[in-house]
Amino acid sequence: MNYSFDFSPVFAAWPMLLDGILGTLRMSSLSMVFGLALGLVFMLMRMSKLPMLRSIAIGYIELIRNTPILVQVFFVFFGMPALGIRLSGEQAAILAMTLNCAAYAAEIVRGGVQSIRPGQIEAGRALGMHSVDIYRFIVFRPAIRAVYPALCSQFILMMLNSSLMSSVSAEELTYFAQTLDSQTFRSFEIYFTLGVIYLAMSQFFSIALGLIGRVYFSYPAK
Amino acid sequence: MIRQFGWGEFLFLLEGARWTIVLSLLAFTFGGILGLAIALGRTSKWKSLRILTATYIQIFQGTPLLVQLFFVYFGLPLLGFKVDVWVALTIGLSLHTSAFLGEIWRGSIQAVPDGQGEAARALGIGYMHRMVDVVLPQAFRIGLPATISFLVNLIKGTALAALLGLTELTRSGQLMANITFQPLQVYGAVAVIYFFICLPLTYCSSRIERRLNAAR
Repeated sequence: MNYSFDFSPVFAAWPMLLDGILGTLRMSSLSMVFGLALGLVFMLMRMSKLPMLRSIAIGYIELIRNTPILVQVFFVFFGMPALGIRLSGEQAAILAMTLNCAAYAAEIVRGGVQSIRPGQIEAGRALGMHSVDIYRFIVFRPAIRAVYPALCSQFILMMLNSSLMSSVSAEELTYFAQTLDSQTFRSFEIYFTLGVIYLAMSQFFSIALGLIGRVYFSYPAK
Repeated sequence: MIRQFGWGEFLFLLEGARWTIVLSLLAFTFGGILGLAIALGRTSKWKSLRILTATYIQIFQGTPLLVQLFFVYFGLPLLGFKVDVWVALTIGLSLHTSAFLGEIWRGSIQAVPDGQGEAARALGIGYMHRMVDVVLPQAFRIGLPATISFLVNLIKGTALAALLGLTELTRSGQLMANITFQPLQVYGAVAVIYFFICLPLTYCSSRIERRLNAAR
């Protein structure tokens, strides 16, 4: 082995990497917010009394969960223009990740909602609470609290998955790393640094989101 | 004249799907062997071994699979190994698999009641037989649903091989979309093929999980 490691071109390009980090965070957090909202819709459909709504939701969830996110984003980015919908790389990335996240979020939150015992809801009704309030305070908040760790790992997973969006030229971290690679040919150093940055981000979010959860869900219950 | 996406083109995609399955099985086999070692290290009585394997798992779970694959594919040649894309992908996916299966199986080994291992020790059974004959068979049952759903994730993960240029299912789709100019149909068909590979496994996993829960 006679290769001399040289990290200087990687460090010299720090503004580019910072741009990439911001892109990654922007895309994954937007997709998480939209995905959670859409996921709640699918969860309600999945638990509805109407068999039609239920089968649509099940079909959607299973379709998304059993196909690779790379194929989903290719479908959105390359396939949708055929339907007359032309999206930029970043828009396609956010749309694909949102659709992907919605399926997982629906299943995660459903697990939480099903963990609420019926007695709780009946108690709320006995106290004369409005059904919206029952849903908000007795079902939804404790359900989210129960599945909060799973939602956090879903977010981290999505942040890691956003690296695939480089393949549709969405400007996130891996995209800039590949650009840098083609300019400097320092592949080893670049992908090593890239790995370290992703590792740091996932560790940071795992700790930070854990702390936020501790504070936000600190009310006594259970 | 532009080719239309028809039956012959669909068969071309199926041809690619074969390599998706081969790659998944290779990675699952090698990753499974290494993963068992990781799981045993993670539950060993030596602290240094536990920390080492925990770090290994953290690294693979905290970085994107794509970056891991790039690292192996572009990094190994620098160390003087000439690797073709198959070898690089098998190594990369196996390492990735070993970390995830290691963590899943650590959980299942720890879920086996302590009394089982203690009883075996009280009978004077050594580590090897205690693990192979007493703990692991029970852990296997507990870990089976999660293992199968990881296999689904692995199959989906092999799609990234397309970005390194291996002609598996997704790459076949890319090629076919470029030839036929019908990306909607082609990627739709690719998704359907993945769906029918993964769905039976997902179904199997949730069935076993329900049965295990019912037994409890």
